[in-house]
Amino acid sequence: MRTATVPREAGTAPASRRRPPLRPARVVLHVFLAAVAIGWLFPILWAVLTSLRSYEYTATNGYVSLGGWTLDNYVTAWRTAEFGKHFLNSVYITVPAVLLTLFLASCVAFVIARFSWKTNIVLLGLFTAANLLPQQALLIPLFRLFTRVPLPAFMSDSEVLYDSYWGLILVNVAFQCGFCVFVLSNYMKALPRDLYEAAMVDGASVWRQYWQVTLPLCRPALAALATLEVTWIYNEFFWATVLMRTGDKFPVTSSLNNLRGEFFTDNNLVSAGSVLVAVPTLVIFFLLQRQFVRGLTLGASKG
Amino acid sequence: MSDLPLIRADRAAPPPAAATPTGGRRRRVRLLSGTDRVVVTLMVLVPLLLVVALVWLPAGATVLLSGTDWDGIGPISDIEWVGGRNYADVVQNYPPFVPAVQNNLLWLAALFVVATPFGMFLAVLLDKELRGTRFYQTALYLPVVLSLALIGFVWQLLYSRDQGLLNAVLGTNVDWYGDPGVNIWAVLVAAGWRHVGYVMLLYLAGLKGVDPSLREAAAVDGASEGRTFFKVIFPVLRPINIIVLVVTVIESLRAFDLVWVINKGRNGLELLSALVTQNVVGEASRIGFGSALATIMLVVSLLFITVYLATVLREGRR
Repeated sequence: MRTATVPREAGTAPASRRRPPLRPARVVLHVFLAAVAIGWLFPILWAVLTSLRSYEYTATNGYVSLGGWTLDNYVTAWRTAEFGKHFLNSVYITVPAVLLTLFLASCVAFVIARFSWKTNIVLLGLFTAANLLPQQALLIPLFRLFTRVPLPAFMSDSEVLYDSYWGLILVNVAFQCGFCVFVLSNYMKALPRDLYEAAMVDGASVWRQYWQVTLPLCRPALAALATLEVTWIYNEFFWATVLMRTGDKFPVTSSLNNLRGEFFTDNNLVSAGSVLVAVPTLVIFFLLQRQFVRGLTLGASKG
Repeated sequence: MSDLPLIRADRAAPPPAAATPTGGRRRRVRLLSGTDRVVVTLMVLVPLLLVVALVWLPAGATVLLSGTDWDGIGPISDIEWVGGRNYADVVQNYPPFVPAVQNNLLWLAALFVVATPFGMFLAVLLDKELRGTRFYQTALYLPVVLSLALIGFVWQLLYSRDQGLLNAVLGTNVDWYGDPGVNIWAVLVAAGWRHVGYVMLLYLAGLKGVDPSLREAAAVDGASEGRTFFKVIFPVLRPINIIVLVVTVIESLRAFDLVWVINKGRNGLELLSALVTQNVVGEASRIGFGSALATIMLVVSLLFITVYLATVLREGRR
């Protein structure tokens, strides 16, 4: 989608071939878009603003005021809600889940794209549909299953899949695989088949075709998917809320709910906590955009 | 949650695929050695087992359990088949059910009638190579990367009765999240805030892929900008339209995080997803009853998913 903006981004001017002179319609358009954009940013900016002010000041002067600047909210929020621990939990869940999702999904996608078997379409449907089902509809049996599948004590102190990182990783992988299979199989189908003919002439096994021919060519798609999946799994709220019990083990997004009780009366603390939780996704947000640009330009130039 | 790469993949597919000899498909099975066959089987089987075990089997079990009276505690052998009784209970003896259905429908309507067209409209505006388009896009897309749970907290800063900006500015004393008369609307504004950016992004990607000669031809014919969009561009965007439609329906049905962080889906914020969760996670776990609710969700979503997949997979094969 951003192919059109790429040349301009590269720092040169050829994209602006004919910029029309500023007409009144254009001015209206800009005013409108700027107003919408600022309106859209406002809730986030307000959260940042509130988080930087002391509760005492806003309690006496109201929120529609200026002053009482402080960073104390962040310090307090970080300490009381134990953000350090919860961020680490998110890392324990997100990193393995994303890697596993990409690996398993690329395996299936490879088979679907590489061979033209009749079952492939069923396989693709089965995976893609799984990604779109409402999670809550699966909760009851999954909950029961997780409380019954034993894990050795060294893997989880709960000794079952329930209330363990392993369980959360697996359920996230199972859900996200479908989306990645769909995207990757489309991407792989677009690769020229001669590659495989050549690899087969060289006597390459199926595994080598997958690992050394297909995967390296899918790097742009994998990078874009990885950034997306990191955001999604980091943001995942439902499974962690229902499949975890020990407060200390919650990833950061679902620990938000516990944080509410502790910060009950202090919106300034709530906002500091919210900003802290948003920071990783906001950082990724900017990386993500780059990934898309890179993925798209590569995908486009290959044709 | 389905996002941008659907388009990426769609768009990436055509050019190289054109070079693929469709007629040259041989039976490759015979060319696979024994090891290869084992490898291919494993490559499919391991992910498939995971998805079947954690998604499809639970889905099937939900449907089965919805016909039983299991309370979740007794042994499985005590389970009795009660047929459609749970469904009758859901519809007749469960006060939150009707509000939940209404709220889910309202959610769908708000996203579909307000947020989606607005997102599309913004995409059309941003598609005209404007100065500063990157800033506008970034601002609109920003909420999409935030989790809905977090969005609940961010909007609380505006909605809170005593400390919220809205009451301070309007001079009112409304509990925007708590008052059952208004809270669903307050939540819908927050949900729409995110959805607009999402739709804008999907359409912008689609619009960038539209063949410019179409527009030029329409301009030569003297068609107005609005006419060109609705008669020429919009029909070409069919794949995007389908994706946006499915995303909107599925998101409305799956809506959960936002109401759960506010009040666990009670008091005006009932949603099917929250009712299912309440019936299972709460003290009184009514498995059969909760499963009946879950099955209703499952059936509705599967209807849409089937239509969607049939369309997408058919187009993919062309």
